[in-house]
Amino acid sequence: MKDSGRVPMPLRDPALRRGDFQEVSLGYGPQEARREAARCLKCKNRPCVDGCPVGIDIPGFIARIAEGDDDGAFETLSRYTALPAVCGRVCPQEKQCEQRCVRGIKGEPVAIGHLERYAADTWQRKNYPAAAEIGWNGHRVAVVGAGPSGISAAGELARMGYQVTVFEALHAPGGVLTYGIPEFRLPKAVVRREVEALEKLGVEIACNIVIGRTITVDELFEDGYEAVYIGSGAGLPRFMGIPGEGLNGVLSANEYLTRVNLMGAWREDSATPVLRGHRVAVVGGGNVAMDAARSALRLGAQEVAIVYRRGMEELPARLEEVRHAEEEGIRFHTLCAPLEILGDKGWVRGLRCVRMQLGEPDESGRRGFSRIEGSEFEMPVDTVIMAIGTDPNPLLPRRTQGLETDSRGRIIADENGLTRKGRVWAGGDAVTGAATVILAMGAGKAAAVDIDRALQGGKTP
Amino acid sequence: MYKILRKTRLNPISVRIDVEAPLVARKAQVGQFIILRAGENSKRIPFTVMDSDAQAGVVSIIYQVLGAGTMELDQLTEGDSIRDFVGPLGEPSRLSGLARVCVVGGGLGCAIAYPSAKQLKREGAYVDGIVGFRNAEAALLEDEFRTVCDRFTLLTDDGSAGEKGFVTKALEERLSAGERYDEVLAIGPLPMMKAVCALTRKYNVKTTVSMNAIMVDGTGMCGGCRLSVNGQMKFACVDGPEFDGHQVDFDEAIARSGMYRDFEAHAREEACRLYEKEKAR
Ligand SMILES: Cc1cc2nc3c(=O)[nH]c(=O)nc-3n(C[C@H](O)[C@H](O)[C@H](O)COP(=O)(O)OP(=O)(O)OC[C@H]3O[C@@H](n4cnc5c(N)ncnc54)[C@H](O)[C@@H]3O)c2cc1C
Ligand SMILES: Cc1cc2nc3c(=O)[nH]c(=O)nc-3n(C[C@H](O)[C@H](O)[C@H](O)COP(=O)(O)OP(=O)(O)OC[C@H]3O[C@@H](n4cnc5c(N)ncnc54)[C@H](O)[C@@H]3O)c2cc1C
Ligand code: SF4
Ligand code: SF4
Ligand code: FES
Repeated sequence: MKDSGRVPMPLRDPALRRGDFQEVSLGYGPQEARREAARCLKCKNRPCVDGCPVGIDIPGFIARIAEGDDDGAFETLSRYTALPAVCGRVCPQEKQCEQRCVRGIKGEPVAIGHLERYAADTWQRKNYPAAAEIGWNGHRVAVVGAGPSGISAAGELARMGYQVTVFEALHAPGGVLTYGIPEFRLPKAVVRREVEALEKLGVEIACNIVIGRTITVDELFEDGYEAVYIGSGAGLPRFMGIPGEGLNGVLSANEYLTRVNLMGAWREDSATPVLRGHRVAVVGGGNVAMDAARSALRLGAQEVAIVYRRGMEELPARLEEVRHAEEEGIRFHTLCAPLEILGDKGWVRGLRCVRMQLGEPDESGRRGFSRIEGSEFEMPVDTVIMAIGTDPNPLLPRRTQGLETDSRGRIIADENGLTRKGRVWAGGDAVTGAATVILAMGAGKAAAVDIDRALQGGKTP
Repeated sequence: MYKILRKTRLNPISVRIDVEAPLVARKAQVGQFIILRAGENSKRIPFTVMDSDAQAGVVSIIYQVLGAGTMELDQLTEGDSIRDFVGPLGEPSRLSGLARVCVVGGGLGCAIAYPSAKQLKREGAYVDGIVGFRNAEAALLEDEFRTVCDRFTLLTDDGSAGEKGFVTKALEERLSAGERYDEVLAIGPLPMMKAVCALTRKYNVKTTVSMNAIMVDGTGMCGGCRLSVNGQMKFACVDGPEFDGHQVDFDEAIARSGMYRDFEAHAREEACRLYEKEKAR
């Protein structure tokens, strides 16, 4: 069958969208979705499914869309994922499901992510009644952290009949989905709906409670919880250790994005301050860097540049975000490494960088890189945002006896999430280091199954 | 929601509120802080736990009305509720095993220093208190300090109460007279703590300071509260707020505290106008 090509995602005009925080991608309508769904070849060996960390029945849900059975598509999805509206938007599809798609060998892969989003959004707009009453199985489980990992563990356990309380340190649930990923990429209304769905399942979300401080893990057991799942996420941002990082105008992406998203500082009337730089450099090449750069643009910066030490090909961010950032006018200084942040009266005035060159691939296939001597140059900037990764939050392991971490501070857990401390499971970024939403969800789900096995011998059907 | 059970004005600029927060009260220790959000759209503001009663489930803080955030908080009265109130955050003070301590408080820092002085006394230490204020009107907790201090000096910048001068004057007099301490605990504005540290370094007396860095989450996620301590990056909310004062880079901390000055000044004006209007009505 001749391929008509991938149905493009309708996008807002870059010139307009770079001035506000409304969502960039508008989503497929029913016609577009059916046309795209029809491109799926329903491959027998389902290579795409192997590329999805939670093993979604991709040809299955796409077939429902093609048939016009959107609800069926959603039901198929919800057997595998608690957050389809989120994952359809933020999964790095080009490295996962879509990378394996047979359609991609000769042309463009089926837009699995766009279709997943379509199914989830259509269903939610209908506002279905709450899931039928699930009887309580008499067991209670505590979840630490209301990020994607905690949310999916809680949802899975609640569906099995467990009474679940999720403890969240911040004043709002969602983890990175709330404080990190901006509105223009993941509307907070989408996150809120996913959280409400969880509450409809009977999950209690207790905000403003820092486990390890307000209540310890051991006290949770004393309070009658029989198992604890830790999804506390990644924590402290890394800095480069170069001169000038103490200057005003240097921020971590986490701080910048938390002010913008969690505290709503993108709204003019927000009580929380945010630096509105004119010339902004963002150091890093991942999703966090793209989000910070595009937020800076929307907060009125005249010029925003990404500074990344490898090449365009190596940018770890989702392909779609890089494209959108380019369309919006973000400049990419790739093969460029910062050496020093220059200051004037305590404030940033520039960034001194050196150009890099890529070398031959090593045994692992990853290409090395080295400085080009004498290529140093200065960029005039007033704000530098560091987006070079995070280390796991040390708070909880420090305050929990028996919870062991590795040399990089990540909680040690087996493939089911069981830690070295009895009846305590962990997963997501807290265990893997900064990773992806879908991996964090997958870990929460796997741990839920293991918790059920441990508490009731897996009797739950 | 966290109910304000009592609101007491201590002086024209400082207010104590007792807040119903049983989970925080159960755990709070001297030196720790909480973060609150007055209402739905308010910012997150850190305040030191001034007192806590686990039995009654009450946490007390003292705030000074400085800018838009504290003005908004000050609109709430007894019986009103604070939207969010999380804690206790930060590491507790390490006060045990000290025999002779000088507690130096400056301005509102006295509210933060007082619980430490009280705890030290309870642990049997000799407590020397030196507190300083701008003027008599700004003075705070004088009687409380007197009851827990073995020796006590109050100073004001203009001499309108107690001795005239800065806290460093009294501290220098003691140190130069041969007074020895296991530790000096200095809590107050950054320039005051910097000056105390410069002095105690000369006399080689260990000095602990409490760093009120600008914070957002207070849980070790955002990195906003970072400081340089002994050349290393530390985070006030999880590693502190107390640090060895001789290792803190005060100049950097002072500069960083002005990061949002323009925004704050603007917000303060707006808030003044808004609340004045409400009062007039
Ligand atoms: C700006 C940004 C953009 C990103 N973009 C993408 C993307 O496009 N696609 C993608 O797949 N991934 C993306 N990621 C990565 C992804 O968001 C994370 O991998 C994922 O959120 C991890 O989920 P988690 O549940 O493990 O942790 P988190 O989402 O970090 O949630 C952890 C939660 O636990 C809470 N918590 C922590 N400690 C405690 C405690 N002691 N007590 C109570 N609560 C606690 C935290 O407040 C937080 O709410 C991005 C990350 C960032 C920062
Ligand atoms: C650990 C800690 C404990 C504190 N304890 C107390 C206390 O017990 N009582 C008290 O009155 N104040 C305390 N503070 C300071 C208090 O948080 C600030 O006074 C408050 O944030 C001012 O907010 P504002 O909107 O009224 O004023 P703004 O206009 O925002 O600021 C006024 C001044 O406060 C500083 N400031 C602003 N935001 C913060 C912030 N998030 N954290 C720290 N400083 C900030 C600014 O540098 C500025 O100089 C503490 C701060 C920290 C970090
Ligand atoms: S969850 Fe992510 S990887 Fe799996 S099918 Fe959906 S978009 Fe692809
Ligand atoms: S690999 Fe592509 S074409 Fe084949 S079933 Fe999966 S989505 Fe459809
Ligand atoms: S306040 Fe965010 S890390 Fe300390």
